[in-house]
Amino acid sequence: MNIIRQRMTVVSNDCLQPGIFSMWLKNRAITELAKPGQFIDFYLKDPSRLLPRPISICEIDRENDRVRIVFRVAGAGTDEIAHLDPGDTIEAVGPLGNGYKPQNDGAVLLVGGGIGIPPLLELAKQLKCKKTVVLGYRDENTFLADEFRQYADVLIATEDGSVGTKGFVTDCIEQNDVEANYVYSCGPMPMLKNVAKMAQEAGIPAYVSLEERMACGIGACLGCIVKTKEKDSHTNVKNARICTEGPVFLADTLDW
Amino acid sequence: MNTEVSIAGITFKNPVMTASGTFGSGMEYGEFIDLSALGGVVTKGVSATPWEGNPTPRVCETPSGMLNAIGLQNPGAELFIKRDLPFLRQYDTRVIVNVCGHTEEEYVDAIELLNDTSADMFEINISCPNVKEGGIAFGTNAKSVESITKRLKAVSKKPVIMKLSPNVTDIAEMARAAESGGADAVSLINTLMGMKIDIEKRKPFLANRTGGLSGPAIRPVAVNMVYRTAKAVKIPVIGMGGITSGEDALEFLMAGATCVCVGTANFREPYSTIRTVVGIEKYMRNHEIEDIHELIGCVD
Repeated sequence: MNIIRQRMTVVSNDCLQPGIFSMWLKNRAITELAKPGQFIDFYLKDPSRLLPRPISICEIDRENDRVRIVFRVAGAGTDEIAHLDPGDTIEAVGPLGNGYKPQNDGAVLLVGGGIGIPPLLELAKQLKCKKTVVLGYRDENTFLADEFRQYADVLIATEDGSVGTKGFVTDCIEQNDVEANYVYSCGPMPMLKNVAKMAQEAGIPAYVSLEERMACGIGACLGCIVKTKEKDSHTNVKNARICTEGPVFLADTLDW
Repeated sequence: MNTEVSIAGITFKNPVMTASGTFGSGMEYGEFIDLSALGGVVTKGVSATPWEGNPTPRVCETPSGMLNAIGLQNPGAELFIKRDLPFLRQYDTRVIVNVCGHTEEEYVDAIELLNDTSADMFEINISCPNVKEGGIAFGTNAKSVESITKRLKAVSKKPVIMKLSPNVTDIAEMARAAESGGADAVSLINTLMGMKIDIEKRKPFLANRTGGLSGPAIRPVAVNMVYRTAKAVKIPVIGMGGITSGEDALEFLMAGATCVCVGTANFREPYSTIRTVVGIEKYMRNHEIEDIHELIGCVD
């Protein structure tokens, strides 16, 4: 069995920036299986909120049987999670999805935008090759940048220019002449599209992690699909399930 | 204690099944539960050819419920027969294949492809609110309910359940039409048509604009419709709509349903179906009920 429903215990919960929370959760079985780029579905206590909240794994600490999530409060559901205290428990199913496949040859570029940044941290930690991390934020409320600096060179882009390059991550990559053999990316769809285009022009593979509204999270409901170029073997149409075949896709296989 | 029920001569070890569209073909939830513990698995809608479904977002949460507009995406009958049906056949449970089509011909095509398989029954989806053609178009007019039922009964080698839409003035009238057409049973309710608007974007949440509402929010509506329908027809009624537990299922059984389906609850709790089976048994033990038939339709 590769997916487990278990109770996770909150070890710590810190607010990194207004609305952005960092939480360590303890559970041996889920931690043992976890890979960078996978996510966990969290079930809420409020019975009127039926659907689990998918949140990506930010860090994996096998020694202490715990994983870290860094998430944004987007509504009442994530707000409930943000109010958990150390010692509290939450029902979770995970780890879900395919995750990133770390390539360790040559140079790697990691590109994260906004709340798409956290899942790249564990990947940055695990990659053993030369790596550059480009992080995009709206304004000076940056988060996790210092933690990435432990593992890689970090470049920052902010939309208002308050930190690093003024503009988007793609502007930052261009201005700094970043060279790479592989790209891993997670962030808003327009950003991923531009990153994918850039990688295609450079002739290098880009692995992008997608987000979509989900219901079951385990591949049964077909709520979260993405259009693909070729017929997907499970769905038998040109749709792949983001929760199961993804959330990480080779950019070239998607119908942008 | 007897929990066995039967519909059109097919017996079910207990009255708990899955609601079409919420359970795929069982493979995913089979990771969590033993499918053999269920009375039956009702598959996601299967059409003669593969369907792509609607654009995303396809789902959103609403108070005690959710809206979906998947649009009946499915791999088509051929792959379903090759891959999904043999998977389900490993388990000791009844398999009801939900069948969909854009036109009457497409329903016929799907049934003909599925006729000689090991499926136990067909459930005909004439009530999906999220496809432009077919689906609900056949289910909101008594005459067309009767005529499509008659047509498909003539083609089908297996018992036929007509799945009814609540988006009508009188669901009991549709049930009577299905009965006149020769249906072996009716199942209800499919989702209620609904809409949610993102006030920041000033746009509907769902790409399809509207979707089908399911979950505990619709349960009282569903219980009432099952109650009225069970009084209106002689054929068995399969009840569903917001069931999360044995207690919820018992309301439907007492209202007159022979079987019940657990749907959206699976998303919140992957063990919902099993919990419903166990909950019914516990109630029967606590109330010294020997046979589940003592409960079915016990409410006047």
